[in-house]
Amino acid sequence: MRAYARLVARADGRGGTVLAELRGETPLLLRQTPGRGRAVTVYVVGGAAGPLAGDDLRLEIDVGPGAAVRLHTVAASVALPGRPGVVSRMVVRAVVRDGGALHWLPEQLVAAAGCAHLAESRVEVAAGARLTWRDEVICGRYGEAPGSAVVHTRVDYDGRPLLRQSLAVGPGAPGWAGPAVLGGAPATGSLLVVDPSLPHESATVEGTVARLPLAGGPATLWTATAADAHTLRAHLEGEPLLTEV
Amino acid sequence: MRPDTVAPEADRNPAPHDETVPHTHPEPGVDPHPPLAQAGRALRVGIGGPVGSGKTALVAALCRAFAGELRLGVVTNDIYTTEDADFLKRAGVLDPARIRAVETGCCPHTAIRDDIGANLDAVDELAEAVGPLDLVLIESGGDNLTATFSRGLVDRQIFVVDVAGGDKVPRKGGPGVTSADLLVINKTDLAPMVGADLAVMDRDARARRGDLPTVFLSIVGDPAAGRVADWIRHELAHHAALHPVAARGGPA
Amino acid sequence: MTTSSLLLLVADGRFPAGAHAHSGGLEAAVAAGRVTDLATLEAFLAGRLATAGLVGAAFAAAAHRAVTSGSAVRGSTLALLDAELDARTAAPALRTVSRRQGRALLRAGRAIWPEASFDDLPATPGGAHQPLVLGLLCAAAGLSRAETATVAVHGTVTGAASAAVRLLGLDPYRVQALLVGLAGRCDGIAAAAARAADDPPERPAAAAAPLADIHAEAHATWEVRLFAS
Repeated sequence: MRAYARLVARADGRGGTVLAELRGETPLLLRQTPGRGRAVTVYVVGGAAGPLAGDDLRLEIDVGPGAAVRLHTVAASVALPGRPGVVSRMVVRAVVRDGGALHWLPEQLVAAAGCAHLAESRVEVAAGARLTWRDEVICGRYGEAPGSAVVHTRVDYDGRPLLRQSLAVGPGAPGWAGPAVLGGAPATGSLLVVDPSLPHESATVEGTVARLPLAGGPATLWTATAADAHTLRAHLEGEPLLTEV
Repeated sequence: MRPDTVAPEADRNPAPHDETVPHTHPEPGVDPHPPLAQAGRALRVGIGGPVGSGKTALVAALCRAFAGELRLGVVTNDIYTTEDADFLKRAGVLDPARIRAVETGCCPHTAIRDDIGANLDAVDELAEAVGPLDLVLIESGGDNLTATFSRGLVDRQIFVVDVAGGDKVPRKGGPGVTSADLLVINKTDLAPMVGADLAVMDRDARARRGDLPTVFLSIVGDPAAGRVADWIRHELAHHAALHPVAARGGPA
Repeated sequence: MTTSSLLLLVADGRFPAGAHAHSGGLEAAVAAGRVTDLATLEAFLAGRLATAGLVGAAFAAAAHRAVTSGSAVRGSTLALLDAELDARTAAPALRTVSRRQGRALLRAGRAIWPEASFDDLPATPGGAHQPLVLGLLCAAAGLSRAETATVAVHGTVTGAASAAVRLLGLDPYRVQALLVGLAGRCDGIAAAAARAADDPPERPAAAAAPLADIHAEAHATWEVRLFAS
């Protein structure tokens, strides 16, 4: 199944945000919900199970100058196997323009047994704009070994490389469960916060959670491994980090 | 053999009586030493020797000796703890900013002999952090009798053994004992307790080292390691002649 | 001297670039109780090869390409590669280590190949990242891009394996046998890295390893470390 969705947000000139465009198709449907503050809140509503191998889903997000968007998903996406030798793909392209803010706080990606999934995000953040970006991967449903999943995240800030990371789990990724990568943890993820107004903080580590100031801009990456999705979420809860939106 | 290095005759005397000769300055606050010529880059002196022979205590003693006299830095290749830093700080002998620790990956001899980059970087970083230095002491991790410093890293090296290690150590030889620019036989105050014969050690050291100097030392009796400090002052003057200030800017 | 002798010299763990003092994250993994024996060491090396090994080799190969392709903009290409590598190295401790290792390697490179131009490297505070310096050094030694990637991958696994022998007292013959068993995979990673050098700089591998970042930041806080990384 192929699906394309697009969200364009613009400042309304009165301190708020309007959606200039909001369209999607099954299984990638977008729904605006009543928000708070100056941001609009949009949910990605899964119109079918999946993604299944062979699915090709694309989402484009354009946050204009001064606009603010919070984007969630209603449920975890469970990547499932389909036709052999075929991957499922979810591609997100986002642009956050000057003074804009995008908070991408989806539910987890679950790499079910036998899946072959690629999640690819590319985000361009203008100087002075803000971004919250969460990626969480659960390696298999309860008690099962995961299929192959790759979560590739590429973020530029002010035209310069800020973050490039590609986390691969499952049979296609040698050593992924070993002591150099996840150490047997079934849940892992990261939360990127780009915010020029936040003070610079040094790196910290506590257990298997680290706060990592990045080199390429006013940004911090929280990275974590955990025994389950719930614990992981507690480490990567983006809400308390959001400044007024 | 270096004919320009003069071993004071006193160094040749086994040391039991040394502690009776107080090494104090004639008057507090007055430096009895003539000002040293300035060199274009710091003299780098390696201090090596087996575990427990007293390298760190010697470094502390030298810091004491040169306080207010020389711009000093220390690079340590030993396991260096906050406790060690606090020791030097409490003793008031050296600002922690003038100390750099180098990790050696469990290969202390490699870091000072075969692959010296991390130590050279540490020397450079010290100068960047605190400004030009006259003397950098590079303390090796405790190793065995075969560990010596590369000439690419240090200008002079001191090898420290102690009487408690047995009075046969100088006889055993090894590159540290035979070729170090100065051999320090440390903890002479313990000699009666461990049954070490200082005369035997002196005789063996002479046999192994030819004209190279040996110093007997007890830091208990000589907390500023006076004769080792004097030897370094002598080497500094020699170094300054070889590396005049005009040569500054050359490779560190 | 033939190329293969130069390859062996540059790849040798005794090449004086400070490799003995780096465990590639192994010291922290051992302290965390995650690497305890040959089996866990093998899993560690496999994961490291697929992540830091691939990324480091891809950037060494890309730096080699930048200075051997006759490009007029090698300086700006290397600066971009340096920034791209920063973006692939989320942990500040790992960025610092990579730049320190780059400095150590550069010291060796300048001393051994004084006629080679290392001045195209970006003047980043702390020095250029190690894979970039390695790419230039291998180019100075006349090695090919594929050989450059091989040297990089080799260093990734042998450094950690040697540290494991020292830290865990593992039987060196069995550790060597483990490395022999991984040789084919090392070659595969090196080949992939050499190919990636033709991609635009934002494209090559960005293989992440959460525990590598977490371990590195924990290691940096230790009061006493035997290894610099």
